[in-house]
Amino acid sequence: MRKVMLTDTTLRDGSHSVSHQYTLEDMKAIAMALDNAGVDLIEIGHGDGLNGQSLNYGFAAHTDLEYVKAVAGVLKNAKLTVLLVPGIGLIEDLEAVREAGVKAVRVATHVTEADVAEQHIKAAKKMGLFTVGFLMMSHMASKEIILQEAQKMESYGADVVYVTDSAGAMLPDEVFEKVAYLKAHLKVPVGHHSHNNLGLAVANSVKAYEAGADYLDGSLIGLGAGAGNCPTEALVAVLERLDIPKNVDLYSIIDAGDKVLIPILEAHQKPLPRMNSDSLIIGYAGVYSSFMLHARNAASRFNVDARDVLIELGKKKAVGGQEDWIIEVAHQLANK
Amino acid sequence: MKKAKVAIIGPGNIGTDLLYKIKRNPYLELVMVVGIKESQGTEIARQEGIDVTTNGIEDLLKRDDVDIVFDSTGAGPHLKHAPLLKEKGIFALDLTPAAVGPYVVPAVNLDDELLTQENLNMVTCGGQATVPIAAAINAVADVSYAEVISSVSSKSAGPGTRQNIDEFTETTKHALEKVAGADKAKVIIVLNPAEPPIYMRNTIYTKVKNPDIDLITKSVEAMVEKLKKYVPGYTLLMAPIIKDDIVTTMIQVEGLGDFLPVYAGNLDIINAAAIEVAEHYAIKKLGVK
Repeated sequence: MRKVMLTDTTLRDGSHSVSHQYTLEDMKAIAMALDNAGVDLIEIGHGDGLNGQSLNYGFAAHTDLEYVKAVAGVLKNAKLTVLLVPGIGLIEDLEAVREAGVKAVRVATHVTEADVAEQHIKAAKKMGLFTVGFLMMSHMASKEIILQEAQKMESYGADVVYVTDSAGAMLPDEVFEKVAYLKAHLKVPVGHHSHNNLGLAVANSVKAYEAGADYLDGSLIGLGAGAGNCPTEALVAVLERLDIPKNVDLYSIIDAGDKVLIPILEAHQKPLPRMNSDSLIIGYAGVYSSFMLHARNAASRFNVDARDVLIELGKKKAVGGQEDWIIEVAHQLANK
Repeated sequence: MKKAKVAIIGPGNIGTDLLYKIKRNPYLELVMVVGIKESQGTEIARQEGIDVTTNGIEDLLKRDDVDIVFDSTGAGPHLKHAPLLKEKGIFALDLTPAAVGPYVVPAVNLDDELLTQENLNMVTCGGQATVPIAAAINAVADVSYAEVISSVSSKSAGPGTRQNIDEFTETTKHALEKVAGADKAKVIIVLNPAEPPIYMRNTIYTKVKNPDIDLITKSVEAMVEKLKKYVPGYTLLMAPIIKDDIVTTMIQVEGLGDFLPVYAGNLDIINAAAIEVAEHYAIKKLGVK
């Protein structure tokens, strides 16, 4: 059986769940537990990636450079990874974290806009980083379009290309179809990143593996935007049942969630991730998962229903990064 | 005096759209279009009866009648063109990220002093759309931080923008600081592929020291009127709203549809601004009436 590589994003996508307020000590403790459990890539930083610090996405407790400096020294085996969304993060930001010890980067664009990542993927490769192309909102494009964009990323030098379900909107057969199509036509490995908005994250990840994916994503107890990501512990347990080889140890990853992450969330007084009416609507309407908390804030500011805001954003075909549209939509609904 | 004689270097999307805008302008006469290869832009220019060369800037430098050049090539080529144009005494409007000369945003800083420069940089489309708003707020409320989220339709973002996205955000950020007067700034750009294409739209967040929303709103509304004079499709999508000391304002730019469709307000606004500067130069410095 083919081995699967696991990327844990508790410390990056999961940052959304704590409004980017991890302390340096939190990050260090969680990263050590993930490394100890055998996770291959550990992604850290602001939920919106390098330079995500903003009024639009929220200010983190620390800059990505500070987080990287804190975590780089404690990892033994895992590749320390960051996210870079062109249009938000700059090549100079990547250079700074590479000098501080980052080994891998995921360069993310909307699924139809891979060419904005040409500069960044090429620069990352030149810096000697393991470079992953991350095609966000893959539910919005056909398999043919996804392949065309994935091939662009491959041509720039990406080591892996991901079918990324940022909205947690993809259904199992769709995941299989899109991943299999990329697997059949790309030379580089394929990955899948899921969100649990429709309760399908683990099932979709297994489907992605069956379709040929070599890289899968998770986060401890499923922490992450919307209803959260694929729970790494559950994914590892299922992979074990299916006899699929991986580097992560089941008990150690369960302990990382139970004994390290949960006490930290309790200290921050943050709820554990779960499906709720807003995350469900995000998956249903196909909206960027990170919109959830911003939509709730806007709904209470303008006294409207967050679900109406999210449905309207789905109709407008908002893409990742357009958190400012949430304010406009909520303001419009309030003045109707 | 007769009209000012102008030339365009780089007849891509921006250059070809400029051609139509110059044709309509009472103060400017397009005498030459300079490319480096045959293209849709050179074809259109020929059809319009304009002198076209595909030999690059050499043929332009042989002429002695050109007053103003619009350079819409790229940062690299403009760095080569700028000293040659200067030597020839031609006023250059730089629509590339080269930024050889100072930034100009007509509604904010175009004055007689700036017109004495031989080369002015048009910032970016996002800068032309958002610097005026940040400047209007800064004038009455003192902006300590400005943050712009610029959304443009995928169809209107050409290869120039896509391959230079870092330069786009950095240049716009610098203009928010230097021209609008924000102490610090940040810029984010998002391409949206929705069909039908979205109009260019920008959200301007400002953190202000004097949060008087009535004063801010009046200042912003006056600025929008000023902009509408040269960018008719510029509208306030959401008038300033305030929470604590954070002011949120949204604007939208509908283009005139000269070369690219109306959704490409991003191309329209930078060109409209360049024409506005050229027109002032023609009137003030060349005595065109």
